[in-house]
Amino acid sequence: MTDQRSQAEIVRQSLKRRYRKERRFRAYGILAIGIALSALVILFTDIIGKGYTGFMKTTITMEVNLDGDMMYLDDPTDSRQLKMADFVEPLIQALIKEIPGATEEDREEVRGLINPYASVTLRDALKANPDWLNTTRTMSFLSHTDVDVYVKHAGDAAYSIKLDDQQKAWVETLLERGAIETSFNDTFFSGGDSRDPSKAGILGAIVGSLLTMFVTLILSFPIGIAAAIYLEEFAPQNKFTDFIEVNINNLAAVPSIIFGLLGLAVFINLFGMPRSVPVVGGLVLTLMTLPTIIISSRAAIKSVPPSIREAAEGVGASKMQVVLHHVLPLAMPGMLTGSIIGMAQALGETAPLLLIGMVAFIVDVPGGFFDSATVLPVQVFLWAGSPELAFIERASAAIMVLLTFLISMNALAIWMRKRLERRW
Amino acid sequence: MNSMNQSITNEVPSEEEAAAGVAESQPTDTVIEEGKTVGKPFADNAKFSLRDVEVFYGESRAIKKISLDIARNQVIAFIGPSGCGKSTFLRCLNRMNDSIDICKVKGSLKLDGQDIYDPKRDVVELRARVGMVFQKPNPFPKSIYDNVAYGPRIHGLANRKADLDEIVENSLRKAGLWEEVKDRLEATATGMSGGQQQRLCIARAIAVNPEVVLMDEPCSALDPIATAKVEELIAELSESYTIVIVTHSMQQAARVSHRTAYFHLGHLVEVNETKKVFTAPEHELTESYITGRFG
Repeated sequence: MTDQRSQAEIVRQSLKRRYRKERRFRAYGILAIGIALSALVILFTDIIGKGYTGFMKTTITMEVNLDGDMMYLDDPTDSRQLKMADFVEPLIQALIKEIPGATEEDREEVRGLINPYASVTLRDALKANPDWLNTTRTMSFLSHTDVDVYVKHAGDAAYSIKLDDQQKAWVETLLERGAIETSFNDTFFSGGDSRDPSKAGILGAIVGSLLTMFVTLILSFPIGIAAAIYLEEFAPQNKFTDFIEVNINNLAAVPSIIFGLLGLAVFINLFGMPRSVPVVGGLVLTLMTLPTIIISSRAAIKSVPPSIREAAEGVGASKMQVVLHHVLPLAMPGMLTGSIIGMAQALGETAPLLLIGMVAFIVDVPGGFFDSATVLPVQVFLWAGSPELAFIERASAAIMVLLTFLISMNALAIWMRKRLERRW
Repeated sequence: MNSMNQSITNEVPSEEEAAAGVAESQPTDTVIEEGKTVGKPFADNAKFSLRDVEVFYGESRAIKKISLDIARNQVIAFIGPSGCGKSTFLRCLNRMNDSIDICKVKGSLKLDGQDIYDPKRDVVELRARVGMVFQKPNPFPKSIYDNVAYGPRIHGLANRKADLDEIVENSLRKAGLWEEVKDRLEATATGMSGGQQQRLCIARAIAVNPEVVLMDEPCSALDPIATAKVEELIAELSESYTIVIVTHSMQQAARVSHRTAYFHLGHLVEVNETKKVFTAPEHELTESYITGRFG
């Protein structure tokens, strides 16, 4: 009896110790997650805090007198005349009229408020509506980037305000009268890159990314899955397949910039493909993504229970039928998840694309797989390295767009896994 | 038939007797002569005729020179202690061991006089003739209908939907499952109970109308009621199919089989009519096993 009690006592004491250990272990886990989460929160607040202004543009609204004599234009449908005409003068005149106290002598200062590309906007408007000639219209134009920075970051020491005191006073007046206002930056989503931060957009980079991803997807998904199925189901177990397996695992760990060098040496220099194009970018990213897809697909195939395989073989299914009818449908969720994660990796990849020339300054939105293009992360890289601070907020805004793409792709992967998962 | 089975069942020791028997000396000193089987291993109307069969897993020899005939439209039960090679031997009969790389089969295995392991032999065709039911119920994660229809579909046994419906219904009826599932053929098979799943697997195996059905401990994962149903089913199926069943339960072997083969450490020790094996075993190892002295 005493023996038993002492044993219970020992157990109770050890229990205390065990529970303490368990609590300590749980605390470590919570701490680790806390660190990870706070890093994430800091990252997001920094990016969003710096970048949300990138989603806003500053415009000047004014009454423009589209006088044909002033512009040296009497037929807006004639492209030669359109080229020769002066579209800056009406803008300057309209702005002088808009600003109380501004005169002809202040031309240059007044001109410093309006975006250099505003005249192009005016030309395009007239080209589209020839009957506007010799009328007065209320139109909105992008402000000069200096005005944009002043309006958004007047009190921020990090930004240098390039306007002189007179211009600042004018901007304040116009702001009060509602002629200058900030609104949602649609230019950011509808244009390509530009030297002028106010005019710069990410549509070119988004389309470039989509084209590149498309090439990557249609190449890496079928090749990766075919390789995984062959290695897992059909390949004999020998030295050669072991060698292949080791190499695939190695490739997954190769730094991505090496793939860029390979792309430069093989696709561009050897095969003579053009630089900076989505096709080459897609090929390089395919090489980079393949190991990820193959490894995750093989894991998915391995996780199909052997009993299902046996059942199919037992009723006389051929090897191919076992794979196509039973193994593939059961392994598909895992394969898709792996592929989407691989694609998300490729979407965020910068280094290999720098080497194949996708880092070039490209204004036009690419129209096809062989047009020069850049991609979202490279665009971020370009803007983040720019000396103009107005580009930094665009870079942050572009990062947000990129993160949105990545988060939605990963969410899709999780949703698909949940959706397609089967129990057996 | 039933009364005979009953009488045999009475001869089989109860659980307590079996447990008591373990304490007795194991007949390890008994020498088994290789390739020597007592009883009547050969039959006139042989479906399978197996001669000097040896199976190797790498270096080790799992089956040692077994010769046996499996008679047409009969149920033969393979019994023996764990690891005696009865499942391995069963799986040779439709070449399910093929997928194991290190497994090698030697000897002559003939189905209706044709060599099973002939390199020119098509294993898919063989498995269409020799169906299999596994230890654990393994329905496909598809509907009940698709489970049964899968075999006929891949073999092209039914061209029209109506034919396929008929095959599915007949197979489910033979498996005694039709009344339970006829209203939910589109439900997934994995939602059924274990016993229903196993009967579904039997229905799936007989849907391709095989000549032989191999059963690898079909009731080991089932409760006694489900076991009784499956055993009833086996008795019915034996009228039209040749059935080979591996079982750990001697009662079951006694209830369902016509002939019984006793395996020991890769040897086939004794084969005879079930009644004979359980009432008057010729070999002392068989006797020790069925009286529960070891195993």
